[in-house]
This record gives sequence, structure tokens and C-alpha cells, in this order.
Amino acid sequence: MDKDTATAHSFVLIDAGHPLAVAVVVNGGQVWLPADAVKAALGWELKPEGLCRGDVCVPVPASSPITTGDGIDLAGLAGLLRRPLALDLEERAAYLGAPAADRGAALASLDAPDFTLPDLEGRAHTLSEHRGKKVLLVAYASW
Amino acid sequence: MYEELKDLGFIVITVALDRSAGDARPWIEAAQPTHPALIDMAHVLADLYNMVNVPTILWIDERGRIVRPNDVAFGDDRFRAMTGLDAAKHLDALRAWVRDGARPFTDDQVRALQARPSAADQEARAFFGLGEWLYEQGRAEAAARHFARAGELAPHDFTIRRGTMRMVGLDPMGPEFRAMYREWTQAGHPYYRPLP
Repeated sequence: MDKDTATAHSFVLIDAGHPLAVAVVVNGGQVWLPADAVKAALGWELKPEGLCRGDVCVPVPASSPITTGDGIDLAGLAGLLRRPLALDLEERAAYLGAPAADRGAALASLDAPDFTLPDLEGRAHTLSEHRGKKVLLVAYASW
Repeated sequence: MYEELKDLGFIVITVALDRSAGDARPWIEAAQPTHPALIDMAHVLADLYNMVNVPTILWIDERGRIVRPNDVAFGDDRFRAMTGLDAAKHLDALRAWVRDGARPFTDDQVRALQARPSAADQEARAFFGLGEWLYEQGRAEAAARHFARAGELAPHDFTIRRGTMRMVGLDPMGPEFRAMYREWTQAGHPYYRPLP
């Protein structure tokens, strides 16, 4: 395959643990996401003022545009949002992680980050359901 | 310990950072817990709380505030020879907090004792997340590449380096782990990082 030839592929974008199937264009090692999929899946939309979600806009530097006719460049999008990206072109999958600054700020606020996880029977448990009690949270493993 | 304190407005939540429910099941069934015993294959908790090894404990108060940040504590002294940690020290402090509200740290001290994730830590977690997803899809070889990359990005993160060993066909109690442990500690790095 000529690496400069744009080809359409099905692709799985894992947004902080949640897999989303999207149709992408792969071109020379870059993954271009359709703008409508970025809006539907991640909530971000390209506007004249930048990349926006709700009232928040991140300016897109003119020197590094993240969009062409093919869509929005995944690596450029991750960089603008300061989200770590793990990309596997062969497997047609990528993982967008959480920004270090967001995680650090959440911890420094001292409000315990909330989570929902299953038990062995598959029942979901949420940390914040236990407000009003003191909680000893223990992470362990069989390894 | 839990039976002794649970009527005092206290709950324990355990979370197994394991490859599968099957790996955690014998541990949970042996303990017959009366508290929530949860499974976290994708390491959601490690990501949210910047956990890099197990066991890691935290105390969270009635309002959902962190009052003891990530610390290392064991329920008993089985591993004392290796860890140098005295289980009773944590249990005594825990009893004093649950019974008398004795907080070990001020808010500022909690913040000073927290380790916050670096960009490399979060990038490592992204590669772990991609690998874990691929492993679930039956793409073990691709997964192994991403686990290796994650371990290079965050060599101190044993939830990644040791926690993925079973997924790449290695024994997390075996010679590869012992070599990893020896290399890490001989370079002057602690394997466990308890609070002072």
C-alpha cells in the first residue's frame, strides 16, 4: 500500500476506557477522524474560535492545523487536549487517556475521585454511595 | 478488624487490580468479605488515584475527602520480612481515626504527601489501556507490545510491569519478577513507598 494513499477504515477509539467504533481515514501514518464523530463521541467541535466543547474553547494554532478535508487528526487532537495517546495503526485502535494535569488537580482538591466498579457477581458499586461513612479503600492484586 | 469497626460508621472497599475476575475470585472467596470486594481489570482506580503498586490504601472521610493519601499497608505481618512494614501501626492509626476521629494529617500535609502523575505516567496508562483492550479482544501479541512500552514509560509502575506479567505468559511470582525486583531495588529505588 502506498503510504500516501488515503484509505478508509473502521477503527476503535477508546476514550478513557470506553471503546467507540468510528470510520477513519488513514493517510501516511495519520488517523483522520470525521468531525461529526469527534463531536458525537468526544463532544468537541471545530469552530472559528478553536476546538470547543460547551463553553470551553481551545485555540488551534495556525501553525499546526488539525483539520483537513479528511477530518480531524487524532494525534493533533490529543495534543491540543493534552491527552496521552496510544495508537496502533495495524490493530486499528487507539486509547485516549486522561491528562496528567487533570488527574493531579483532582487529587490535590482532596475530593476523592469517584468510581463505579463491579463485584464478582457483576453488581456495580460506586464510592460516593458510601458518603456519611469513613472508607478504607484497599487496592490489591493476586499477582 | 472490619467486624470490629463496621458499626462505627466505617466501611472497607477492596479493589482487585487483576487480569480477570477469575484471578481475584479465590482470594475474595477465601476472605468471605462482608464489605464490597470489587474487580478492576482496566486499572480505573490506579489511573484516578495514581497508584503504582499494591497494596495501596487510602482513607476517605464521611464527606468524601481524602484524609490519608496513597500509602502501603498490609492487613497482617505475613510479608514483613520483605516489606519491613508493621501491620499494627496502620491498624492502630485506623482505629483511632474511626473511633475518635483522630486524623493523621492536615489537608496541607495530605497534599504534600501525594504523588501526582507525570505526563509519562499517564502516557504509560494509555498504553496499558490499549494493551488491556487488545488482550480482551484476543490480540495478545499486540497487547504485549503496548504493555512493554507502558513499562518503559513508567518503570516505577508495578501495576503495569508486574500486573501485566500473566497477560504476557510470565509468572508474577517467578524468576522474571524476582529479576525485575532485584534490578529495581539494586538501582536504589524502593519497591514499596510507605508514608513516613
